[in-house]
Amino acid sequence: MARIELQTISKAYGSVEVMRDINLTIEDGEFIVLVGPSGCGKSTLLRMIAGLEPITGGEFRIDGKRMNEVPPRDRDMAMVFQSYALYPHMDVARNMGFSLEIRKSATEERVSKVEAAAKTLGLTDLTKRLPKALSGGQRQRVAMGRAIVRDPSAFLFDEPLSNLDAALRVEMRLEIARLHQRLAATMIYVTHDQVEALTLADRIVVLNAGDIQQVGTPLELYERPANKFVAQFIGSPTMNILSVEQSGRGVQLKDGTVLQLTNGSDKSSARELGVRPEHLNVVTPEKAHLSGVAELVEHLGSDTNIHAKVPGVGQVLVRQHGHFPLKAGEPVDIALDLEKAHLFDADGRRLAA
Amino acid sequence: MRAYRSSSSVVVAGKYIALGFYVAFALFPLYWLLKIAVTPDKLIFTDGTSLVPSGFTFENFSTVLVQTDFLAYFRNSLVVSLGTAAITTCIAAAAGYAFSRFDFRGKRLVIAVMLITQMFPLLMIIAPIYKIVAYVGLLNSLTSLIIVYTAFNIPFATFLMQSFFDGIPKDLEEAGMIDGCTRFTALRKIILPLTLPGLAATLGFIFTAAWSELLFALMLINSNDTMTFPVGLLTFVSKFSVDWGQMMAAGVLALVPSCLFFIFIQRYLVQGLTSGAVKG
Ligand SMILES: Nc1ncnc2c1ncn2[C@@H]1O[C@H](COP(=O)(O)OP(=O)(O)OP(=O)(O)O)[C@@H](O)[C@H]1O
Ligand SMILES: [Mg+2]
Repeated sequence: MARIELQTISKAYGSVEVMRDINLTIEDGEFIVLVGPSGCGKSTLLRMIAGLEPITGGEFRIDGKRMNEVPPRDRDMAMVFQSYALYPHMDVARNMGFSLEIRKSATEERVSKVEAAAKTLGLTDLTKRLPKALSGGQRQRVAMGRAIVRDPSAFLFDEPLSNLDAALRVEMRLEIARLHQRLAATMIYVTHDQVEALTLADRIVVLNAGDIQQVGTPLELYERPANKFVAQFIGSPTMNILSVEQSGRGVQLKDGTVLQLTNGSDKSSARELGVRPEHLNVVTPEKAHLSGVAELVEHLGSDTNIHAKVPGVGQVLVRQHGHFPLKAGEPVDIALDLEKAHLFDADGRRLAA
Repeated sequence: MRAYRSSSSVVVAGKYIALGFYVAFALFPLYWLLKIAVTPDKLIFTDGTSLVPSGFTFENFSTVLVQTDFLAYFRNSLVVSLGTAAITTCIAAAAGYAFSRFDFRGKRLVIAVMLITQMFPLLMIIAPIYKIVAYVGLLNSLTSLIIVYTAFNIPFATFLMQSFFDGIPKDLEEAGMIDGCTRFTALRKIILPLTLPGLAATLGFIFTAAWSELLFALMLINSNDTMTFPVGLLTFVSKFSVDWGQMMAAGVLALVPSCLFFIFIQRYLVQGLTSGAVKG
């Protein structure tokens, strides 16, 4: 079991600093998901935790012990690579048992552990095959099996599902969630798929350009994003951002509409208003805050996405539940759920409610 | 449709004809070598350029094996070539691994210098090499040849090995290191089995290069008992005549170890050993 602490961790390649001042404590048994756009340093952070990448600055501790200089083999962590990294010249059973083979554990123990893992993952019939004779999904399972067999104190996953098709991804996501429930081991999971992040995580760490933007439970990130970046990164489709300025106790949109926001007191620094598409509604003209024209209507079955153009305000996306009978080109009147709107200042920070 | 099919079968036939022509062109010298070797001496000139010999004999082979120093040359060549191939491959594998996996100060410089050594015609440096070898007292020794050949082949062999290591995903070693290997165990248990084709190719290449090298062998070796095979072949050329039959017989015999060597390593040359490692 492992409690992992990162204290003012930084990373530089030569003179290029790619991560700075990372502070994070991961509790024993917690499922942490690292998300962020491509190139923000998710893999780098994970590899520093694994010991594959030297840590340039700060202190990395496992259960209170400094581990910065400890090689990967002594950190008792298992990692599932995005590429799976199966040993091509070893069959499935040997791939899964390789760590035990290296650690010279007894053959019977190894065989029984491999068998147990193969059974959990539905690989029993494939144990004699070489990786090249497996499908992508099966390879992914072997890679997971290799991690499970070791019974490590922490699991690291670097986008383990990104090479699978959509259906398999959902299935493996459930598999990983089940695995976490069963083993109760610490897990650190990198992804840029926010559905994976929101469904798997106990806590999500949002990274951008080498900085932690926010750490919190999925609901916290959704309801109380620390800044505009997190607000736009979490939630799909993306949150609408509209320019505003203070007007009395509320704020005023660019077209002059005044919105009486009840939350928060000081709105003098407010520059932008953020509302999620699901918190906008098509209403009758007298209840509307905004009036525009539907430019594009996407019928997704469960939802209808209406891309509306509002004169003086700009593009607004409205998400209506179920089928909504509206055609492109028709006028549309929109109301904002002001309870769930967020205000951001000039630096993109969210103003406290 | 028909026109298309017939035109494509013409193309296929054309390809086979071109291939056949190429193969005949490449193999003809070998055939000629064999033909002269089995033609009795007195028929060589009367047969002229006819494709099949009018007589057949193994006499040339037995003469070469029994009456000349051929076996000694052969042994010397084997020692030199195997020694060179083994030493070069070991060093090149280590250097290639380092170039492929690590970033270190001076890496670019070392690579540049290694490339530069490949740019000079060997003739230019033959005199200085001779002086150096003479100075350290290694003239007329097989050791000198092994050292010189190794030195000349290392850059190319290193680049070759580096490209083989580059072809093996880094993830594999990292997975091994997380699974409990040191870098060295990961190298031995995971990377080495996957580079066997690369090692075999490098061994084969260096072996053949050393086996057929003449220039340095000619310069550095004078005594008959340390002559390598290509130098020894020249002893069949006397002032007044060339003993064609025996020379060709010796040539045929010289092909044997190269062939054996490639038969031995060809099973490691099979490609696709790394397939299945990553998603692909
Ligand atoms: N060896 C290296 N030398 C220099 N810069 C590097 C090196 N490796 C990574 N970087 C830089 O570090 C940053 C973080 O890279 P990292 O691979 O961690 O991104 P990521 O968040 O995993 O992205 P992705 O989602 O695309 O996998 C990137 O800007 C990248 O250019
Ligand atoms: Mg990555």
